[in-house]
Amino acid sequence: MSKQTIFLLRDTSLTQDNTRDFQILFLKIARDLGVEDSIQAVRASDLGIYDKGYVVKDLNNKITYANIQETDIEKFLKATIKGEGSVDEFKYTADKCQLRIVLRNCGLIDPENIEEYMAQQGYCALAKALTEMTPETVIDEMKKSGLRGRGGAGFPTWMKWSFARNSLDETRFVVCNADEGDPGAYMDRSILEGDPHAVVEGMILAGFAIGAQRGFFYIRAEYPLAIKRIETAIEQAYERGLLGNDILGSGFNFDLEIRLGAGAFVCGEETALIESIEGKRGTPRPRPPFPADKGLWNHPTIINNVETLATVAQIINRGGEWLAAIGTEKSKGTKVFAITGKVKNSGLVEIPMGMTLGEVVFGIAGGVLGGRKLMAVQTGGPSGGVIPLKLIDTKVSYEHLAEVGSIMGSGGLIVMDEDDCMVDIPRFYLRFCVEESCGKCAPCRIGGFQMLKILDRIAEGKGVEADLQQLQRIAKGMQKASLCALGQTAPNPVLSTMKYFPEEYRQHVEDKKCRAGKCTKMVQYTIDQTHCKKCKLCVVNCPVGAISGSREAGYVVDQVKCIKCGTCYEVCKFKAIVRK
Amino acid sequence: MITARINGITVKVPVGTTILEAAKRVQIKIPTLCAHPDLPARASCGICIVKAKGINKMLRACCTPIEKDMDIITHDAEIVEIRRTVIELILSKHPNECLTCTRNHTCELQQLAADFGILRESFPQIEPKVPYDDSTGAIAVDRRKCILCGRCVDVCQVMQNVWALSFLDRGIDARVAPAGEITLEESPCIRCGQCSAHCPTGAIVEHDDTPKVWAALQNPELHCVVQIAPAVRVAIGDILGYPPGTNLTRKLYAAFRRLGFDSVFDTNFGADVTIVEEGTEFVHRFTKAPEQLPLITSCCPAWVDFMEKYHHDVVPHFSSCKSPHQIVGALAKTFYAKKRRHDPENIFVVSIMPCTAKKYEITRSKEMYASGYKDVDIVITTRELARMIKQSGIDFNSLVDEDADSILGEYTGAATIFGVTGGVMEAALRTAYYAITGGKLANIEFENVRGFDGVKEGAIPIHGKTVKVAVAHGIGNVEYVLNRVVEAKRKGEEPPYHFIEVMACPGGCIGGGGQPYGVTNQIRAARAAGLYSDDRDCAIRYSHENPSLKALYDEYIGKPLGERAHHLFHTGYTTYSEYKR
Repeated sequence: MSKQTIFLLRDTSLTQDNTRDFQILFLKIARDLGVEDSIQAVRASDLGIYDKGYVVKDLNNKITYANIQETDIEKFLKATIKGEGSVDEFKYTADKCQLRIVLRNCGLIDPENIEEYMAQQGYCALAKALTEMTPETVIDEMKKSGLRGRGGAGFPTWMKWSFARNSLDETRFVVCNADEGDPGAYMDRSILEGDPHAVVEGMILAGFAIGAQRGFFYIRAEYPLAIKRIETAIEQAYERGLLGNDILGSGFNFDLEIRLGAGAFVCGEETALIESIEGKRGTPRPRPPFPADKGLWNHPTIINNVETLATVAQIINRGGEWLAAIGTEKSKGTKVFAITGKVKNSGLVEIPMGMTLGEVVFGIAGGVLGGRKLMAVQTGGPSGGVIPLKLIDTKVSYEHLAEVGSIMGSGGLIVMDEDDCMVDIPRFYLRFCVEESCGKCAPCRIGGFQMLKILDRIAEGKGVEADLQQLQRIAKGMQKASLCALGQTAPNPVLSTMKYFPEEYRQHVEDKKCRAGKCTKMVQYTIDQTHCKKCKLCVVNCPVGAISGSREAGYVVDQVKCIKCGTCYEVCKFKAIVRK
Repeated sequence: MITARINGITVKVPVGTTILEAAKRVQIKIPTLCAHPDLPARASCGICIVKAKGINKMLRACCTPIEKDMDIITHDAEIVEIRRTVIELILSKHPNECLTCTRNHTCELQQLAADFGILRESFPQIEPKVPYDDSTGAIAVDRRKCILCGRCVDVCQVMQNVWALSFLDRGIDARVAPAGEITLEESPCIRCGQCSAHCPTGAIVEHDDTPKVWAALQNPELHCVVQIAPAVRVAIGDILGYPPGTNLTRKLYAAFRRLGFDSVFDTNFGADVTIVEEGTEFVHRFTKAPEQLPLITSCCPAWVDFMEKYHHDVVPHFSSCKSPHQIVGALAKTFYAKKRRHDPENIFVVSIMPCTAKKYEITRSKEMYASGYKDVDIVITTRELARMIKQSGIDFNSLVDEDADSILGEYTGAATIFGVTGGVMEAALRTAYYAITGGKLANIEFENVRGFDGVKEGAIPIHGKTVKVAVAHGIGNVEYVLNRVVEAKRKGEEPPYHFIEVMACPGGCIGGGGQPYGVTNQIRAARAAGLYSDDRDCAIRYSHENPSLKALYDEYIGKPLGERAHHLFHTGYTTYSEYKR
């Protein structure tokens, strides 16, 4: 059999996924052309390209084609396989490219097949470390790379490792923190599902570097596929002698097992995670002692995020300097973001550190949905801050995001347009933190609740001037006196919106008005009879039947029945619905 | 040793000392609500925050070890303001019921609010919907007042190893309750009351039985009898304005008469009886039935409860002897009633105990009705008695010492040390030595069973044999001792101990769950010293030499472990599962 060309197929449109139909058609046309033996057409789950119609990636020649219609398939196959004609017009090049290091295999390899991972240099780093390196040189390489923790806080990974390495206690553990819980974030999940072996290899390397004997994956139970894929990966690694005793004949022993998180957000906090693995209630412990000193069962333990661990093998393969060449002075390498919100191409992207938020939002993500005006960008999930349009040129890096009052966080990036309310957004995040507070320490438990009550009042149009000072006061108490990062950072969305959008707060409190119409208690929808054409579109679309009347008498909104969903406002073609 | 600076003052402390402790050494008090010297730091209240130069975050003084050359600021405008915010937040989820709260004037939160000059409610009150739990009849839990400091949970789990209390739910709904949202009565709670003794607020308090005592005292039909446990006399002074450990036995006798009690007895008399019975039991097992060794003391009702729930395997080793106040109760309604021609039905026995579990003990089994009536009618704790004394307008300080009534009031030095860990053991050994050898000890004080080590072990030579003893206090420490016993049994080896004393509370009854608040090891030591000096001051220091006791046995009981003794002084045990539901 002659050499086959491998095509990866993907429907990248935002509204539907017809990849499977496209694949069937693709294969049928290939058969009709008699080239079916020369090709393989594989469905990819994600190519990192969005809103570009059907995308086909020619793996052999490393060329990507986009916006291919069904009717173009014949022409495409003729050109690429038979060399008849050209399809250059479909060639895809992104102007500001993602840099896929962590996600390099995601969507490209079969995550349940260890051989496919190995074909991408998988486990080469482990072999290299075990045969050519010492734990100290591995840590050295990590130091050179400048890799910082991708879980949010950005602590230098090598430093954590060397604390554990230098401990006098020789029972040590490695933990992979896969308790991803930020609303809208799925970076870790995608890595675990798309390239599980990369994380497993990172774990083994970390174990080797710190001299651990055992490692734990702490994965939230809501990620069944990720759990299954990690289980499979661990099994395969054992079969190949990459886990267990005397790994690759080096004398190094390392075992890996999985622990499931039961869905508490706070268990992503490392000391609460330790408690949870130990079988206790997941509440944070005071630090010091830090886990690298006294962690699981009081033994030195390093806890690294999925993305951090997924980077390790490539650092060992390519050398620390390679990663250090990417990024800013203090933030090296790439970061994966889950872009969501009012954006054209929502999805998972990996970008080099130092790219600006604007480049990410307008370049990679294609700008704001519906061509509306960008209001703000939120990074760092419920612990992060809201960054206004005027600061859109802020670079994505630990230090630059912190400067503007946000954080890198684990990689949530939410885009907001003019229809978003800058009181409602922080209220959403705060509510999340209040619900997820473990309740152990008073500032977070009660402070968060009281802040939320104040925001609720403001959103209902019952806010008073003093409420704004109270918000600041409680926020400070929470930031300074909470035990763990959850409470310390929970006020961030509120504080950053108060800082950048004081006018919105003022409007809510003084004028009892919500510009975006999100704070429904302050909004009223009425029908302007002079503009109304009596088309009844609003009547038909109202989900609660709040609009009634007749062509003769005109239509009115029943304010008691109205749930202020805004549907009438959106469907009216004549701007006859007035929102006040 | 490391040197650091706190508020500009140089401090030199051992490595590992917390900032909180280090500050104390230079006379700086950092406020806290959750930290307690008996417990590991939980770091939950967020009030002890301090600044350290060069560190961005504020540190919790209670759990952060001070480091070399650290430069700590404990008080500045910013820190005080944050502390005030946190206190106000805590107050917003705590009912404003200070005036009608058991802990009025002893509440740590109230004190802090006063210290910080909090004069208004800054935040609206959050009304928690949580059930009130008075199911045990010994400890009452008012969860609305709970500030979730976690002391009670640590007491229950770490110190006492009982695990009746735990945290449920999270965030604003987090609360302390038995797992599964059952009542305390249905839980493994042993009613030791240590949670109530450590609670900073009025969230866990003793079940208040004083109204029943007042009612009895005002009932002309009733002949009210009172007895006082050994540990109460050296502890109540904390509330009445005396230095810790002051022995107030005879002032208390006077106060009881002022309160209206018709007869004043002393539980110490019962303790002497316990020793005679238990000592005889031990001598019997030691000399004639070694397979029944070790003998384990049974005066502590919380310990009995724990054993009945958790340690079914050691039930046969338990002394069948009742606790001293139950003995006095049974005697009051039999021997005393007969002698003084009172109808036992009209005798009302009140026991003043350092203990909340004693409230449960009086109805624990049918043997607690040995007289044909309820042997002890009511138990009130030291704290409740102090309130009664204050209510009744007695100028306690000026009272003239009085004596207890005869028949059931006389006691020996051996009895009074019942109130401290190791005391029952020591008293029993004195009498056992006599029973085995017929002679007296050269040194009557057994130093190796004294002190506050969690487990104390000793070997006492008696008549060519060695009696191996173990003393454990704080239920958390008993596991080690029992495991050794069970292990030896399993292997068919000699038991590691012949005689084991257990008291559920740290320090024994002097640190009991019903004692005045604010107990630390220093205060426990002062109370122990008070009892040991009471022992030394007693002319008679062997239980079996108590003249009233001799008269009792001669006139009424007969022989120790005899038929009447068995009926009035001994009890049985049942085993049941930890959870009732």
